[in-house]
Amino acid sequence: MNAILAIARKDLRIEWRTRTLLARVVPFALLVLVLFAVALDSEPLLLRAAAGLVWLAMLFAAMLLVQRSFDVETADHALDSLLSFVSSPSKVFFGKALSMFVQLFALAVVLLGAAVVLYGARVDGDGVVLLVTVLITATIGLSVVGTLYGVVVANMSGRDSLLPLLALPVLAPLLIGAARATEAALGSDTIDLANGWAWVALLVTYAVVFGSAGAVAFAPLAQSDS
Amino acid sequence: MKDLGFILASWIITLGSIGVLAIMTLRRARELSSRIPDEHKPWV
Amino acid sequence: MKTGTTTTRVLGIFALMITAWVVVSAFFLTPADVVQGDSVRIMYAHVPTAWIAYLAFVTTAVASGLSLARKHRTLGFDRVAGASAEVGVLFMAMTLITGSLWGRLTWGTFWQWDPRLTTTLFLFVTYVGYLAIRRVDVDPVRRARRSSVIALLAVLEIPLVHFSVVLWRSLHQEASVLNTDGDVRLDDLMLFTLFSGVVAFTLIFVWLVVHRQRLAAMSDVERLVGLDAAITARRAESTVGGGGR
Repeated sequence: MNAILAIARKDLRIEWRTRTLLARVVPFALLVLVLFAVALDSEPLLLRAAAGLVWLAMLFAAMLLVQRSFDVETADHALDSLLSFVSSPSKVFFGKALSMFVQLFALAVVLLGAAVVLYGARVDGDGVVLLVTVLITATIGLSVVGTLYGVVVANMSGRDSLLPLLALPVLAPLLIGAARATEAALGSDTIDLANGWAWVALLVTYAVVFGSAGAVAFAPLAQSDS
Repeated sequence: MKDLGFILASWIITLGSIGVLAIMTLRRARELSSRIPDEHKPWV
Repeated sequence: MKTGTTTTRVLGIFALMITAWVVVSAFFLTPADVVQGDSVRIMYAHVPTAWIAYLAFVTTAVASGLSLARKHRTLGFDRVAGASAEVGVLFMAMTLITGSLWGRLTWGTFWQWDPRLTTTLFLFVTYVGYLAIRRVDVDPVRRARRSSVIALLAVLEIPLVHFSVVLWRSLHQEASVLNTDGDVRLDDLMLFTLFSGVVAFTLIFVWLVVHRQRLAAMSDVERLVGLDAAITARRAESTVGGGGR
């Protein structure tokens, strides 16, 4: 447990020093939201699509963060030395996923705020609990899948185009679930709160499945010998 | 036959792409096997 | 000798003969369907390709699992997994294309966001990514380990995609205008033609995988031999250079 926390703290400290999240990823994600608004050019349509657009922007931003997180590790074979320090490779996986979760959660809060301001989405009393639950479960799923596929493409040439191609299809169920549940939480004509909770069940399953898969698969993927 | 164009297109796409893949495979096999000595081909 | 053997030649001839019979029967012998009309003739190509596409991905998953679990023949299983995925991606592309042509005739639209179609589409994209990863790794051992893990992750992904799309569609409140089942009542000859199509395409699949797997084996050898030759040349160069000075 301590090793997991130490790795997460290390990643977050690097992040804080370089400010990739603040200086590049947050502006990029906000820009995506603005561009969606310009492209759709219809306020009722934007309000209807707000939840889906927020999560789409999250997915794109996550791709950037994951690449950043593993660029740090591949330089000077840092991942190898990291793996030799911990008793089990899955600790490295969970540590990196934890730091990813902290960053993505902050980003999700910012993007939802932007949806309220830019798209006129409304967060009211009944939906708040659902909204927070969705944010946490979906961000956990996004973090574990991001970290898992991040290590797949780490050390590869052309990884910046490979990562989205591999990870985005896998993230499709998460996108569907998170978008629909967020839509329910924001208040919608097409989906009610109870159905929103049904999607949370899917998001939890997703996070558990890929969390355990990641813990198992991280070791064979991270080995750099051949 | 109604909609003959669609039906023909489906069959041509299906059989055509299988045929193209098969021909490409055989040509590449011929090219490679001329360079690889037989002891590396357990199926021979 | 190339990648062909007597067995593959016999296999190929059988595949060609049965395919020829399927084409003749699909176009000239079988009647038009009561509901679908002549568009049912697309089905004799579409259903077998879809079946092969799924068979190919099951083969890839099983071969990848074996490649990871077994101590020896790791590379052999991985090459089978790769060859099967290559053929599977092609067949899935054909499934999607012929399916949307059929859909245009039967439903009036090329595409329907129904669970089966959507899952198939995501499966297709997933394995396109799998093939892209396979092209990057130069070292066969590393490629085997990495691509096997990715293939097994795809096995986890597909049920989740399918389940989420089913839930997505069932909660979707727009009335469904079209009957997406497209139920067909098949007579004996139609059923037999469909069955022959499945047999023919399965033989074609086996033939392609056997050949492509041998092809992969040869290009792995070529890469290693090329590497060896380069190292030997470099060594010879350095000793000559060292001795001369």
